[in-house]
Amino acid sequence: MKNTISERIADFLKNYPPFNAMEAKQLEQLSLEVVIIHKETNTVVFSQNENPHTHFYVVNKGAVALSKTGQSQILDICDEGDVFGLRPLLANENYKLEAKAYEETILYAVPIKDFKPLALENKRIGNFLIESFASNTGNPYSIKHRGKLYGDNEAAERYSTNKILDLQPIKYSTQLITCKEGTKIKTIADLMTKHNVSSILVEKDNLPLGIITDKDLRKKVATGLFPITATAKSIMSSPIITYPKELTLAQSQMAMMKSNISHLILTEDGTTESKSVGILSKHDIMVAVGNNPAVLLRAIKRATDAKRLRSIRHGIMNLLQGYLDQNIPLGLVSKIISELNDASTKQVVQIALSKMDEEPPVKFTWLSMGSQGRGEQLLNTDQDNAVIFEDVPDEKLEETRSYFIKLGERISKMLNTIGFEYCPADMMASNRSWCHSLTEWKNVTAHWIHNPGPDEILLSSIFFDYNVTYGEKALADELSHSIFDHANHYPQFFTHLASGALQNPSPSGFFRDFLVEQDGEHKDFFDLKLRALMPIIDAARVLILSHSIKSINNTAERYEKLAELEPNNKELYLACSYASKALLKFRTRQGLLHNDSGRYIALDQLNKEEKIKLKRTFKTIKDIQSLIEVRFQVKNLLR
Amino acid sequence: MWPFTKKKQLELPDFWWEYEEHFNEKLPDSIPENTFVVLDTETTGFSLTRDRMLCIGALKLLDNNIVVKDSFEVYIEQEHYDSDSAEIHGILKKSKRDLMSELEALKQFLVYAKNHILVGHHVMFDINMINAALKRNGLPKLKNKTLDTESLYIRTLLISTVVQKKERYTLDDLAKKFSISRKDRHTALGDAFITAIAFLRTIEKLKPQKIKDLLR
Repeated sequence: MKNTISERIADFLKNYPPFNAMEAKQLEQLSLEVVIIHKETNTVVFSQNENPHTHFYVVNKGAVALSKTGQSQILDICDEGDVFGLRPLLANENYKLEAKAYEETILYAVPIKDFKPLALENKRIGNFLIESFASNTGNPYSIKHRGKLYGDNEAAERYSTNKILDLQPIKYSTQLITCKEGTKIKTIADLMTKHNVSSILVEKDNLPLGIITDKDLRKKVATGLFPITATAKSIMSSPIITYPKELTLAQSQMAMMKSNISHLILTEDGTTESKSVGILSKHDIMVAVGNNPAVLLRAIKRATDAKRLRSIRHGIMNLLQGYLDQNIPLGLVSKIISELNDASTKQVVQIALSKMDEEPPVKFTWLSMGSQGRGEQLLNTDQDNAVIFEDVPDEKLEETRSYFIKLGERISKMLNTIGFEYCPADMMASNRSWCHSLTEWKNVTAHWIHNPGPDEILLSSIFFDYNVTYGEKALADELSHSIFDHANHYPQFFTHLASGALQNPSPSGFFRDFLVEQDGEHKDFFDLKLRALMPIIDAARVLILSHSIKSINNTAERYEKLAELEPNNKELYLACSYASKALLKFRTRQGLLHNDSGRYIALDQLNKEEKIKLKRTFKTIKDIQSLIEVRFQVKNLLR
Repeated sequence: MWPFTKKKQLELPDFWWEYEEHFNEKLPDSIPENTFVVLDTETTGFSLTRDRMLCIGALKLLDNNIVVKDSFEVYIEQEHYDSDSAEIHGILKKSKRDLMSELEALKQFLVYAKNHILVGHHVMFDINMINAALKRNGLPKLKNKTLDTESLYIRTLLISTVVQKKERYTLDDLAKKFSISRKDRHTALGDAFITAIAFLRTIEKLKPQKIKDLLR
């Protein structure tokens, strides 16, 4: 008896191999036997050397990381639709890897006893299984066998459960841009520009004949050797070098090195006598290797959907881990990572815009707030954002707002897919109180400044770290002017902002012990964000705003600027700058270690050196807090 | 002992006694050991007296697992029928699904639910609907503990006066928030499934230690 849920499962499975080879009836039967499993982040699905389960798994939502126990290195990430843990069941051996939920995950567990008969009966399923296990010879898990060249590759691989790294089949673009021998060069250049590709395939009778790359256009056309009215035939490189489509990462690198070319044409059977199925560029390989910010940045700009961006972000996290391991200065690291974060957000906005039915009715600005606005968002934390749109006549206001709310909803949903959690306080552009016209924003911020209650101070402290991610910068600049105007006319605002900065509980107790959380889910953990990072960030904000400087958002940079502006406090400010970087690094390390936001720290897991380092920053926090207490006369306010 | 209650109770059918029997057992303390029955009903409308249940869908959640085969879906034969709501849930009075009498559906549901905690979105509506049906058939009210996913979800939101909390969060809101596909919206079992996933994700956020933390 099928039911609504089993129908839903069948509906999902039918899109992915090997299930796509099954008959609807078989799949229906199989779906009924499925167990749906919800896995919280970092919980183990199966561990290394564990006896095989009675089920294998398909990822429905989320992601599962495969790794060797005790090694932080992730060998593969299984995404939506990927099958894992199947081979051990068929081979009747123990699990060779550990599978852990990389994020919150929903799995479909398919019983092997119901699947096996179908697999034996259906040739296409059998082929899939053979294909996906074939490359698994010898001991592919041995780290020794991997060249350093490939770095930490964790590009999520479709269809593969056990293939890793250099033995991984590589993703190539299947959307081939082609032309005929007689096509004019100008047309070719137009085509390449339109599709944003660096090469075009010349075909004859549907068979690949030659290739034209950017390089050919530069060397043969721009130099005047051939006019732009010449034909493709005159400048193409031919014959071309073709390979079969089942190419691994290592093979493709070898092939390019051997022939000193930057593009490989993949054909049905690997010869020029069969239809071409894809093209592989050096860029694709670099993305697959993915240990270079420039490559990641380019990949982000080329991404056309959230899913692709999501797998790029896995690469960014990997890069971050590498930087921290190599002890690269955090100032630089946070610049690179926030640049990449920013680019991802920008790309998301662009994709979302292109998917809207209409063009935006007026100009607008997409602001990132909070940690992203400050350029301190190293890990995937919450998204805080807002929209300013140009002033419109009153009667158009709600109509315009509803457009941008819709856009905001779309964007924050995509950001969520990529890995930015929704803001728990709903401070997102999809919320109508964070989606205003310029005049409305001026009024709202003026209201906060003139009525600085605790709520208004909290809102200001989040909002005033805004940074333009996309759109019209002039709108944000005008808002900044208005904010400073009001703030300078109402200096008490700074006193309130300063008192807000002093409200966070202090990090250490009387005997210089850490103060840990007393209750709740994080009992006995140290709240790094609330007790150490927030005070130092808040202090930087009020000080820099009181100097009417808006262009600097990063906390460490703010302190450096302050050191410049107030030479007499230089030493303290520089200490603060150092402390803010140290704390951020600390949080990031913790976050990467536990695959969370790094906010809460289990003190008993820190070593002595780490504890001392952490405590040293506390003294700086106390000093800067007493400075703002005196400067903004917060005592008077408290009385 | 009150003589009349005793007499009245004696008239109750066996399946009710079996159902009641389960409540002599205490619920386990830890969350993974507890089975949650996530349910949803499709009705002809919102009136407890006038409207009737057309379908009950439910599934069992044990230690983060849902066994698909062990889900519950019954369609009920009803005299009262409201063509307006048919547009929402698409259950026509003479639909081809196998229909059963209300009493039979209730009986099967009680056998299925046992003493487990009932979870639903705006769960009191479903409970009241079932209770009304039980009453019509001369049976007492449900005895199960209940959990409402809306109020659980609200508990995950920040407690702050700055954020204007919405008054109500619909199942659609939750499905959107947790990016759950809304494909089978407005079929009882489909809604129950969405509710179950939303429930799991809410629990992950709340991280309760013991079952009593949830039931507070």
